[in-house]
Amino acid sequence: MLARLLSRAALPLSLSFALFLTGCGGGSSESTIKVGEFASLTGKEATFGTSSHEGTLLAFEELNAAGGVLGKKLELITEDNQTKPGETANAVNKLIAKDNVVAILGEVASGRSLEAAPICQQSKIPMISPASTNPKVTETGDYIFRVCFIDPFQGTVMANFATNTLKAKKIAVFTDVKSDYSKGLAKYFKEKFVANGGTIAAELDFNGGDKDFKGQLTAIKSSNPDGVFVPGYYTDVALICIQAKQLGLNVPMFGGDGWESSTLLEIGKEAVEGNYFSTHYAADAATDKVKNFVEAYKKRFGGKVPDAMAALGYDSAYFLADGIKRAATAEPAKIREALAATKEFDAVTGKIAMNEKRDAVKSAVILQVKGGAFKYVETVNP
Amino acid sequence: MDWLLQQSINGLGLGSIYALIALGYTMVYGILRFINFAHSDVLMLGAFSAFYLEPQVSRLFGRESVVGAIMIVILAAGICAVLGMLIEFLAYRPLRNRPRLTVLITAIGVSLFIEFTAQHEKVFSAKTQFFPRLLPEHSFQMGNVFFNSTDLLVPVVTLLLLAAMWFIVQKTRIGTAMRAVSYNQQAASLMGVNVNRIISFTFGLGSALAAIAGILYAMKAPGIEPLMGVQPGLRAFIAAVLGGIGNLPGAVVGGLVLGILETFLGGIPWLSSYRDGIAFAILILILLFKPAGLLGKATVEKV
Repeated sequence: MLARLLSRAALPLSLSFALFLTGCGGGSSESTIKVGEFASLTGKEATFGTSSHEGTLLAFEELNAAGGVLGKKLELITEDNQTKPGETANAVNKLIAKDNVVAILGEVASGRSLEAAPICQQSKIPMISPASTNPKVTETGDYIFRVCFIDPFQGTVMANFATNTLKAKKIAVFTDVKSDYSKGLAKYFKEKFVANGGTIAAELDFNGGDKDFKGQLTAIKSSNPDGVFVPGYYTDVALICIQAKQLGLNVPMFGGDGWESSTLLEIGKEAVEGNYFSTHYAADAATDKVKNFVEAYKKRFGGKVPDAMAALGYDSAYFLADGIKRAATAEPAKIREALAATKEFDAVTGKIAMNEKRDAVKSAVILQVKGGAFKYVETVNP
Repeated sequence: MDWLLQQSINGLGLGSIYALIALGYTMVYGILRFINFAHSDVLMLGAFSAFYLEPQVSRLFGRESVVGAIMIVILAAGICAVLGMLIEFLAYRPLRNRPRLTVLITAIGVSLFIEFTAQHEKVFSAKTQFFPRLLPEHSFQMGNVFFNSTDLLVPVVTLLLLAAMWFIVQKTRIGTAMRAVSYNQQAASLMGVNVNRIISFTFGLGSALAAIAGILYAMKAPGIEPLMGVQPGLRAFIAAVLGGIGNLPGAVVGGLVLGILETFLGGIPWLSSYRDGIAFAILILILLFKPAGLLGKATVEKV
């Protein structure tokens, strides 16, 4: 039975293999260095994917305009995973098996990066996540890198912020149980906040994509917290803030980099005003590196101000190019070695050093929603 | 005490939405003995119709005006009624005499078709968009209990529509014909009832209900996207079964029970992540002891 099934499958397989061979026969693989990218360009977290993709694209265009890397042009092959579980694996398999990329960039959400990481590790293709902050992502193996900080650091930063700046004693935590990112961030926040002498007033959960949070928010309100930590993504966070205000829950809400999107402001409007979140960089920071990047990005994408995801997408591309240069070859294993050896890389989002876990050691900034925009509050060093 | 009252209001608001969607499911099931899975997508189309109508209508009647809001709801319900009839005509009518499973699978196909077409960049795109406010919103505070005008509006609209549906089905000529088709299509057509027209009308009515539910849902949580109907649609389907599918008041009771269960369970700190699990376990228990649903007795007249 199995044999029969196999022989049936063999014909279309061999056909597609033949097509694949002719498809590759153009010789383009010799004149360019192919880099794969997967991102959530459509779907619920489309603004994340779009931002990081635009940052990456800008970096590739700049690199190619300056003559490319090792005398070759870089070719970016982008796949959209539609913010859907399962699609990432398809996209990454295609990039590795069909397009023969030497490295992969992606993506913002930890859940989907965790889907791609085992595939890249197994195929021994270096993967650089621009913005996945869950520690598990790089724990997958020695081929997986990231150019952002990790959740223990982000959670710690927000816990210290709650204690020192908000002077909060009791915090309620509202976690998205569907997301690895949210659960990780909540865990590290709680540990640090309790260590700082604070108490967790209430812990409640929601499912990402829910539209009604009033049941949980009523419970949070009756625990009388000084603030609510919501480590969620922007669409859910906007609705949570609106419904919290409707229930008369008027304490500061704060969260992580999952908040940073213009959609948060569009949907949340006055309900998100005054709230805080930690993120990777502030577009209104004063360094030359940031100014040049913001200028170039605005010029390329019709006046849009780049957010943190765009900056990290940009950094991930330059970080890879730097690795390829130092490896002096486009061989995946050599690129991996060079990336792992990075001691100081000057990125838009701050100086990056790779630690032994292939996580970037760098600083975080805290932004506040003020007058319908994100305003810089403070920088926190590791 | 405050907590109990607040959660009851929250649950009633959510449950009324489920109830309103469940009314549409039950309506179509009552006549055709078939679950229209595209119902939840018509709900989404209703919300998006209102989203695109709002700028035009508010230019005529002013922003957040009552007349404007009623206009938007009527227009969106009309658009969706036509769409519902079109779906029935194109996808279900050709399969009328095929096994029921064929139609069911087709319904799932129609649902997926609408969802994925709507997600295309050139249609609605998949991103969440802000749903404009249709009515001025007032907040009320009683002691420590907070609620707003939308929380009140939703149950009122649901009850009004339940009454209207009951009136149409029980007291009008077309309602009599609907009941006749529900009992026996062939016999009804022999008595001179135009079965095609009655089924079309039922779909139109069900889709108009879905559109109104979609708009109210969007008013409660002002972020709309092409998959917004999936989750409440599933809940409402379960609510319809819980209340006794085919039974109009049953759909409302089922919706309210489900909404209140979810809200109360979600509000218990150490249980909130098991909210849906427990809510559905309770539903399974109810159905084990009352397989026809809460109000679905054999003697109760089906729509």
